[in-house]
Amino acid sequence: MIRLGWVDYTVLLLYLAFVLGIGWVLRRFVRSSEDFFLSGRSIPAWIAGLAFISANLGAQEVIGMGASGAKYGMMTSHFYWVGAIPAMVFVGIFMMPFYYGSRARSVPEYLKLRFDEKTRGFNAMTFAVMTVFSSGISMYAFAKLLELVLGWNFNASVLLSGVIVLAYIFLGGLTSAIYNEVLQFFLIVLGFLPLVLLGLKDAGGWAGLTTKLATVATNAGYPAGAWSESWRHMGSPSANPMGVEWFGMVMGLGFVLSFGYWCTDFLVIQRAMAADSMAAARRTPLLAAFPKMLFPFLVILPGMLAIALHVSRGGFLPLESDGTPNYNLAVPVMLAHYLPSGLLGLGLTALMASFMSGMAGNVTAFNTVWTYDIYQSYLRPGQSDAHYLRMGHTATVFGIVLSGAAAYATTRFNNIMDMLQLVFAFVNAPLFATFLLGMFWRRTTGHGAFFGLLTGTAAAAIQHGLTLPYGAVPGLKGGFLGAVLHTYPSEMAQNFWSAIFAWTACFTATIVISLATRRHKSDEDLKGLVYALTPRQKDGAMPWYQRPVTLGAIALGLTLILNVIFW
Amino acid sequence: MKLDLRLPIGLMFGIYGAIFVLFGLTSDKAIYERSLGINVNLWWGLVLLAFGVGMLVLAVRARERGSREG
Repeated sequence: MIRLGWVDYTVLLLYLAFVLGIGWVLRRFVRSSEDFFLSGRSIPAWIAGLAFISANLGAQEVIGMGASGAKYGMMTSHFYWVGAIPAMVFVGIFMMPFYYGSRARSVPEYLKLRFDEKTRGFNAMTFAVMTVFSSGISMYAFAKLLELVLGWNFNASVLLSGVIVLAYIFLGGLTSAIYNEVLQFFLIVLGFLPLVLLGLKDAGGWAGLTTKLATVATNAGYPAGAWSESWRHMGSPSANPMGVEWFGMVMGLGFVLSFGYWCTDFLVIQRAMAADSMAAARRTPLLAAFPKMLFPFLVILPGMLAIALHVSRGGFLPLESDGTPNYNLAVPVMLAHYLPSGLLGLGLTALMASFMSGMAGNVTAFNTVWTYDIYQSYLRPGQSDAHYLRMGHTATVFGIVLSGAAAYATTRFNNIMDMLQLVFAFVNAPLFATFLLGMFWRRTTGHGAFFGLLTGTAAAAIQHGLTLPYGAVPGLKGGFLGAVLHTYPSEMAQNFWSAIFAWTACFTATIVISLATRRHKSDEDLKGLVYALTPRQKDGAMPWYQRPVTLGAIALGLTLILNVIFW
Repeated sequence: MKLDLRLPIGLMFGIYGAIFVLFGLTSDKAIYERSLGINVNLWWGLVLLAFGVGMLVLAVRARERGSREG
C-alpha cells in the first residue's frame, strides 16, 4: 500500500481544481445543442488530435498496456505499430471526408444518411449500451485499483470520479471534455516519463533491459528475445507468449479490430467531427498518429521493466492466488517503487487523469448518440433545440448514474460483465466491413448493410462457440455450442480469428444481399457519402506539412522504421 | 478559440513545476533513495516549469497578436 504525503495531495487537488475550472469557464459558450454535443464545430486540429488520443487513453489502456508489456513484452507494440497508426492514417485520409462532409452529427447518423433507419437504430442502440457499460467497467477497475494501492474506499472513489466527470461535462459539454482531455494528455506524458527514465536507467538502458528480459523469456520456455523483439518470434504461435502467428495478428488485430475501432467508434470520431473545418477534421487523426506511435515507450515499457525486476530480484509483483504475477499491478507498483513523494503524486494524478478522460469520452459519446439518434429520432422528434440541449444535460447525468450502477453490477456479477464484453466484441467485429462497403461501393443497400452486420455478428458468435483457447473449459471462453472444432493456442488468437470470421462473413453477406436487393438511394442522395460520388478534396493549395496524404505517408514511414528497429 | 487552452495548461504545469522545485530544494534527501539517489522532484520540477512557462508565453503572444489585429 502506498502512503501519500501532503505534496501528493496538493498535486491531486490542484488537478481537480483545474479540471473543474475549465468546465466553469466554458459553460457560457454552451448555447445550442450543437455547442454541447459537437463543440459548435470550432476545435482547432491540434486540440482535436490530442483529444483523439486521450479519449481512448482510459485507465484500461494505461494499466492494460502495462500489464500486457509485462505479460507479452515488446509484441504488445503491435497494438500501436500494426493496429492503431495505420488505422488512424486511413480514417484521416479516406473516411473523414464523408464523416465531416456529410454534416452527420454522429456515426449512427452517418449510417442513417448512407443506408437506412434500421441500420442506424441497430448501431445506435448497441453503441449506447456498450459505452455505458465500458465506462462502468473502467469505473469499477479504477476504484478497485485505488482500494488496493492507496487503501481508498471503493464507494468514495466511484462517487468522486463520477461527480467530477459529471460536473465538467455538464457545464461545458464536449468542449469541456475535449479541453480536459488535452490537459490530461500532457499530464499523462509528463507524469509517466520520469518513471520510464528512472526504470530504464536502473535496468542499465535498453541493452540492460534486453539482457534481463532474456532471462524472463528463457525461464518461461521461449527464445531469449521473445520479450524484447516484436516480430522475430511470430512465425508460429508456440514461439511467443501471445500465442499468435503473424497472419492472425496482422489480419485480426491490424486489419479488422484496429480499423474497426479507430474508423467506426464514435467515441474517437466525435473528436474529429468537432474540428473547425474539413481540413482540421482530416488532420485530427493524422496529427494524433505522431504522439500515438511513441506511446508504447510510455505505457508498455513500464510493464516490461516491471517483469524484468520481478524475475531478476524475485517477488517484485504481488502474486495472484494461482501463483502467477498480478500483471495489472505492474504500473502502480512501478510508480511506488521509483517515485518519491512529490512525483509520486504526479504519477498517480496522471493515472486518475487517464481514467477520467476515458470515462468522459464514453459519456460524451453516449449523451450525443442517445439524444440525437435515439431520443430525437424515435422518442420525441421535432422539438426545439433548447429541448434537446436540456436532454443532453439530463443524458449526461443518467449516463454517469448508469455507469456507476454498471460498476456495482460488476462487483456482484463478474460473469455477466464478461459475457457483455464478449457480446460487444461480436457486434463490433464486422462493423468495419459495413463502413468500407458503404463508403466505397455505391451499390451497397440498406438491407445489405443491416443483414450483413447481423450475419457478421452471428459468425463471430458461432466461431467463438465452436472453438476454445488452449487449456480452457467450455463456457464463456468458447465452446458453448456443444462441440469444440478447433483449439487455439491462446485466447488472443481466438479473438483475432473470431474478428476475421466476422469481418469476412459481413463483407460477403453485405455484397450478396446488396446485389439481391433494390437500391433506395439515388446517386444524388449519396453525394458526399460515397467515395465515387464525392468531389475530391483539393489539397494542392495547402503547404506540404498540412496535406493529409503527406502527413499520413510520414506517419506510416516512421511507424515502419519503429517496427524495423524493434524487429 | 473560446478559451486559449495553452493558458490553463501553462498555468497548471507552471504551478506544478514551482511546487516540485521548492519541495525538491527543501525535502529530506533520504526520500530519493528509491529514485536512484537523484533529486527527481527538483529536476523534473524544472522541466515542468519550463514547459508551463513556454505554454504561457505562447498564449500571451497569441493574445497580443489578436488584440493588435482585432
